[in-house]
Amino acid sequence: MPKTLTKQEKAAAITDYSKYDFSVDAAYDLILEKGLSEKTVAAISKIKNEPKWMLDLRLKAFKAFKKMAMPKWGADLSKINFDDIIYYMKPKATDSKSWDDVPEEIKNTFERLGIPEAEREFLAGVGAQFDSEVVYHNLRKELEEKGIIFLSMDEGLKQFPEIVKKYFTKIIPHNDNKFAALNTAVWSGGSFVYVPKNVQSDIPLQAYFRINAERIGQFERTLIVAEPGSKIHYIEGCTAPVYTADSLHSAVVEVVALPNSKVRYTTIQNWSSNVYNLVTKRAFAYENATVEWVDGNLGSKVTMKYPAVYMLGQGAKAEILSIALAGKGQSQDAGAKAVHLAPNTTSNITSKSISKEGGRSSYRGILQIAKNAKNCKANVVCDALLIDDKSRSDTYPTIKVDNPTASLTHEATVGKIGEDQLFYLMSRGLTESQALTLIVLGFIQPFVKSLPMEYAAELNRLIELEMEGSIG
Amino acid sequence: MTKLEIKNLHVEIEGKKILKGINLTISSPEVHAIMGPNGSGKSTLANVIMGHPRYEVTKGEILFNDKSILDLEPDERAKLGLFLSFQYPMEVEGLPFNTFLQEANKSLHPKTEQTLMEFKKLIKEKSKELGLKEDLPQRDLNVGFSGGEKKRAEILQMLTLKSKMAILDETDSGLDIDSLKFVSDAVNSVRGGEFGALVITHYVRILNHLKPDFVHVLVDGKIVASGDKKLADELDEKGYVKFLAEQGIEIKNEELL
Repeated sequence: MPKTLTKQEKAAAITDYSKYDFSVDAAYDLILEKGLSEKTVAAISKIKNEPKWMLDLRLKAFKAFKKMAMPKWGADLSKINFDDIIYYMKPKATDSKSWDDVPEEIKNTFERLGIPEAEREFLAGVGAQFDSEVVYHNLRKELEEKGIIFLSMDEGLKQFPEIVKKYFTKIIPHNDNKFAALNTAVWSGGSFVYVPKNVQSDIPLQAYFRINAERIGQFERTLIVAEPGSKIHYIEGCTAPVYTADSLHSAVVEVVALPNSKVRYTTIQNWSSNVYNLVTKRAFAYENATVEWVDGNLGSKVTMKYPAVYMLGQGAKAEILSIALAGKGQSQDAGAKAVHLAPNTTSNITSKSISKEGGRSSYRGILQIAKNAKNCKANVVCDALLIDDKSRSDTYPTIKVDNPTASLTHEATVGKIGEDQLFYLMSRGLTESQALTLIVLGFIQPFVKSLPMEYAAELNRLIELEMEGSIG
Repeated sequence: MTKLEIKNLHVEIEGKKILKGINLTISSPEVHAIMGPNGSGKSTLANVIMGHPRYEVTKGEILFNDKSILDLEPDERAKLGLFLSFQYPMEVEGLPFNTFLQEANKSLHPKTEQTLMEFKKLIKEKSKELGLKEDLPQRDLNVGFSGGEKKRAEILQMLTLKSKMAILDETDSGLDIDSLKFVSDAVNSVRGGEFGALVITHYVRILNHLKPDFVHVLVDGKIVASGDKKLADELDEKGYVKFLAEQGIEIKNEELL
């Protein structure tokens, strides 16, 4: 009878993180001591020479953080030790506009990750964050001339304090949840994007977040403001070396899509297996604006992330498309929130998860239609694929509808890759892992299709690596 | 020459004996047919030859060109030239038929000098011969295909992947008269030379088109009669109960359901 793959062959699949698993001996200007207190918060603000209102906001958020309990739902967070984390590490580098000004070892890091090359070939602008600070930022000249602003959040605060003050914590309040409070208290880095009225860019901007050091917390903060009639596509990628000690990545992303604007925010998260990835993402979509979250979760130890769109104006639209791959030791608790607060608004949520080798994925979503929101349309599809019997998938949908004119559909499926399906593909000459890969790639096809070509190819390659020899 | 030999084959599934000593040799360019009532073990034989992991061979041998293939994975058997046209082809969403076929072809014929363009052209030509819609190869594998389209698409795979020994497991079931003719013509077009086939069927219909060299009757896991095409005609005329009774084998009518 046919042989099955050996344990080693199976294990090979998840250990192939080699492209990302490296750290460089970078120099740091400043490393705060481990642990978190008011002093830590004040120190970060002082280093950044911030206005008082920001310091006050940080301190207020820190108080909220201390008061709030850890979430009792979702993934297991009991192993996070807030005292064993370094909250700020400033690399010896400034926020440069040229890769030549970035210190050699940091530049090498981003070169190995293919960032400068991607920038030359198909990006409108790139931001690169190394531990706590952004070390590189650049935007194509023609977009700069159109008035698009793409800076680190720190620079954004310095150069455009009024815009930042107007929106900062207005989409995600400082006490929205424990981790949003933490981020507001100790945030550093992230992107500030401002797109003027009627300015449209089809070429994406990209931010790349890299953790280099051990035991660090990365708390980037991003704000995107799209003025009426504008259009922007922002992409973020994230990786880290594999360490035995856990790291914490806790970001906050606020998006403001003003009337008739269109914002697409794409994430390909491939954190190493020791990173807790606890992120709050929310967008306000005004009249006839469209917000799209395209959210790919491949890496991390634990992810909890539920990108949200609040539709505040008539005719606003939300598209939330996510995939999660939960391998050995991983918990992907991901989902989406669509909140219909105005009439004639539309939301589409598509979630695809793949669980293998004991990995656990959950879809957790909220769909809410307010009383005055007439004639809304909402569509939720969540599909889960289990590669073996050890793995697990759960769905936790919450639906609150207070207006009877709403049209809703909700579909959830859980499938297991069957012996018969594999046998069929193998009978045509494909090996077991080739067959499995084709089935998985087919499963996530709707997600891959929504990515720019270069990212689609990269994602396919990552999935192939993950699936190689990974047979249940 | 391509040769498939089955020697004293005993097969179980979950402890239940299905095949109880099958002997059969197919040498190209022969085409053999196996007929038999439901539950006689026809599909088991097809699946076991291709290496389905659920079946256990407890005794006997399967040889392909004189070498045992019992330890080979299904893909390794396919690489030797074996092909199974499935009774119930599986669906895979998000995997276009074309992509699947190209991947399979690359895997089966890594050293081929045929270009991708040539391969695509071949798919197009053969689709046309089989009366398949032009857009079918762009659609997801078997997803939303009608019963007849699925069966014809199996034969399209057999032809484009240049299989040498094909097992057609009830490929004729669910085909209308025209489709049956398309499929039979397509199989007849590759006959001769290195190609051999085992056709599993309930009906004489397809055999009238294919004109097999040998016909075998499988009952309760054993081949109880072998002959030429005339055997199939006799079976068709008498029905299984009468035919088998004359052979001294009693089966109950309900076993035929």
